[in-house]
Amino acid sequence: MPTSFVLNGKATTLDADPNMPLLWAIREVAGLPGTKFGCGMALCGACSVHLDGQSIRSCVTPLASVAGREVRTIEGLQSHAAKAVQAAWIALQVPQCGYCQSGQIMSAAALLEKNASPTDADIDGAMSGNICRCATYSRIRAGIHAAARSIKAQV
Amino acid sequence: MSADTAVPRRRTRREFLKEAGTVTAVALTIGFEWAGTSRRASALAAARTRSTFTPNAFVRIGADDSVTVIAKHLEMGQGAYTGIATIVAEELDADWTQIRVESAPADAKRYANLAFGTMQGTGGSSAMANSWTQLREAGAKARAMLLAAAAKGWKVPAAELTVDKGIIYHAGSKRQATFGSLVATAASLPVPDTVTLKDPKDFELIGHQAPRVDVPAKVDGTAQFTLDVALPGMLVALLKRAPQFGATVKSFDASAATRVKGVVKVVQVPRGVAVIAQSFWAAKQGRDALIVEWDDNNAEKRSSAALMEEYRRLADQPARSARKDGDAVAAIRDATHRMSASYEFPFLAHAPMEPLDAVVKLTSNSCEIWAGDQFQTVDQANAARTAGLDPQQVSIHTLYAGGSFGRRANPYSDYIVEAVSIAKAYGADGTPIKLQWTREDDIHGGLYRPMYYHKLEAGLSDQKELTGWRHVIVGQSILSGTLMEFMVKDGIDPTSVEGAANIAYVIPNVSVELATTKTGVPTLWWRVVGSSHTTFAVEAFIDEVAHAAGQDGFTFRRRLLEHHPRMKGVLELAAEKAGWSGAPLPKGKGRGIAVAEAFKTFVAQVAEVSVDDKGYVSVDRVVCAVDCGIPINPDVIAAQMEGGIGFGLGAVLYGAITLKEGRVEQDNFNSYRVLRMNEMPKVEVHIVPSMEAPTGVGEPGVAPVGPAVANAIFAATGKRVYVLPFPKPGTA
Repeated sequence: MPTSFVLNGKATTLDADPNMPLLWAIREVAGLPGTKFGCGMALCGACSVHLDGQSIRSCVTPLASVAGREVRTIEGLQSHAAKAVQAAWIALQVPQCGYCQSGQIMSAAALLEKNASPTDADIDGAMSGNICRCATYSRIRAGIHAAARSIKAQV
Repeated sequence: MSADTAVPRRRTRREFLKEAGTVTAVALTIGFEWAGTSRRASALAAARTRSTFTPNAFVRIGADDSVTVIAKHLEMGQGAYTGIATIVAEELDADWTQIRVESAPADAKRYANLAFGTMQGTGGSSAMANSWTQLREAGAKARAMLLAAAAKGWKVPAAELTVDKGIIYHAGSKRQATFGSLVATAASLPVPDTVTLKDPKDFELIGHQAPRVDVPAKVDGTAQFTLDVALPGMLVALLKRAPQFGATVKSFDASAATRVKGVVKVVQVPRGVAVIAQSFWAAKQGRDALIVEWDDNNAEKRSSAALMEEYRRLADQPARSARKDGDAVAAIRDATHRMSASYEFPFLAHAPMEPLDAVVKLTSNSCEIWAGDQFQTVDQANAARTAGLDPQQVSIHTLYAGGSFGRRANPYSDYIVEAVSIAKAYGADGTPIKLQWTREDDIHGGLYRPMYYHKLEAGLSDQKELTGWRHVIVGQSILSGTLMEFMVKDGIDPTSVEGAANIAYVIPNVSVELATTKTGVPTLWWRVVGSSHTTFAVEAFIDEVAHAAGQDGFTFRRRLLEHHPRMKGVLELAAEKAGWSGAPLPKGKGRGIAVAEAFKTFVAQVAEVSVDDKGYVSVDRVVCAVDCGIPINPDVIAAQMEGGIGFGLGAVLYGAITLKEGRVEQDNFNSYRVLRMNEMPKVEVHIVPSMEAPTGVGEPGVAPVGPAVANAIFAATGKRVYVLPFPKPGTA
């Protein structure tokens, strides 16, 4: 049964099992492989995407549940906050293996879109669901603060 | 930077698929061009048809001025691609923005790890150390040939030419030329036999942190991992493996599995039963529906608690000697003050973020593999044996690995062999098949850091001098029974005792002994290998000895390291930067120090912890000093120390694989916990300036953090840690 939703700003219909997790629908059916598989149980955040602006775990989100809603992946990031996060990630050389970073960036962008000046505690709250086995956490934290500063400087 | 700039427009998935199809139809060399970097980096086959200059196995310069460095090492996050490119670009005087990195094919003749001998692979923090001279020469020879080409064209002596950022200048005639404009001439010239390398004082890139070549693609989602390989007609396989190590398939019922929409075939292979489907989701549902009966006659059925009990007993039996200076037993017996302690270490899973995966395209006379491959020529040989082919018929495209921590470097090539065996059972008809492990497969899948039991004894004289040290280690050998068994000498697996047998402290009587155990649990090196447990035991116990001697941990260690300037150097630097001798920390907080040598790199760390009324520990700050010889890229070194500290900290706080009746009790990141953002301490890294040859940084930073934290907990609470992970998560 086809499911229709907005994917990275474009009306999209995917003909796939409605119970298929959104992760596999966007990767294997829509062909957007930037979102990663890490645990399949919403424990690691590698599969984070935005659903109506919230960072969610696509590995446990059935495709049918996003019908009529707006999904954004790393491939479709456009907001000022998201661009600031990506720029900070490059400036601070955040990634190591890089596998979790799409998810980290999605969670960081969602945080900054809601909270322009996150504290360390806010960052802990928003980012503790995103595991990085390379433990790039210090740079992720610094990257979010740097992105917040650059967004303010632009305003 | 990197090949990303080659194709500025973002490709759609469809375009990529189309191109990937074309690419695989053309040839192997094109295939690896898009491997390992970015999907946008496909670097168009057209570019290859123009003239290029390939002076050696490591450098290719294009008419478009691109400088492609061929990486014989895997990029798994440790920064190897950037380090390799930095060394070549330095001697070549290339512009960093011209640099691209491409993964090498499996070829022991050209791409052996010189630290390993004749095999190609990445591990033991050896990428920079073994490449250093080889790549400096590769870059310098390419530069000499480009200079000769310019000199020939301009009819001027090569000695009058200078090179800066990829452009060759002749000041006298005010002429200049880019590398790309000289490739045709350079390619026609002989390769010089010898070449003069730069004086290190003239280094412009080395030591000056060029940005990583892989970061842009890892920030916009285009970096190419094995998970992302999508070839036309590709199927996805999930393998149901035995619930106990050593169990085998007795029978299976695939009727429900084959009814799942999208499931194509169910096949039995040596390691279990594979469900092959058109998508991951279909394969997963098919595997969930598969019924397998297992024969557990030869399975390991013991629990890890029972194994540890056996290990404790073995520590009191005679063991093999790994080091013997003087007579430690007598010295301890005759000492004024005697002390002892034991330490218990669990099995640990590597749990890289990318669950293991490999794509195999097998025919009757060829086998093509895509993987985050860490042991290329070993995997090539194992794949060939499994497929019934010659190694030369197996080609490997090494892609970025989403972490490894040792897991992908294994003499069994377990996940590669599984993928090949599935492709063979499917029919070896050229259908590409991606074997995908789930996180549960990874946590249950074995090849763990072995469990160990350590027993230490020490004796102090009436002057509180350390006179005797005895260290008994009990645990499995990683190397025995593998193709690397030759490294086991006189029953001593060096990976079981490294960090203990080479204890750097001056002690007149030392005995280090090893009792090697056998279990049915497959084991493997885990980031920093032996020092992942030996450093904890040595550094926790020496701290206890220091306390008994009435000295602080830093002063006591420094006195025993007077003869060892590099070890002493990092110890002093870490202590100084951490304010070791400054004001004491308030109640409930503590500072601990530890030092290690691993893979010829020296690291000291000072940890500061807070322990609350309920015993919950938080690690507030870690100050790290590292001496890795000439620092090739200081920012990558700092990143590896930061990451190593987080990785090691997660393990001592939470990491444990336990067995009950031979079954692994953990499943996923809920029960196999790792460090998260809110638990990451502030980390400061200080690099010792050095002119020694460079050594590795991927692993050594892991070693000291556990004991530094344990020693800090003692300083805060008066309680020592003897069992890892900390008995109640997050508490002392």
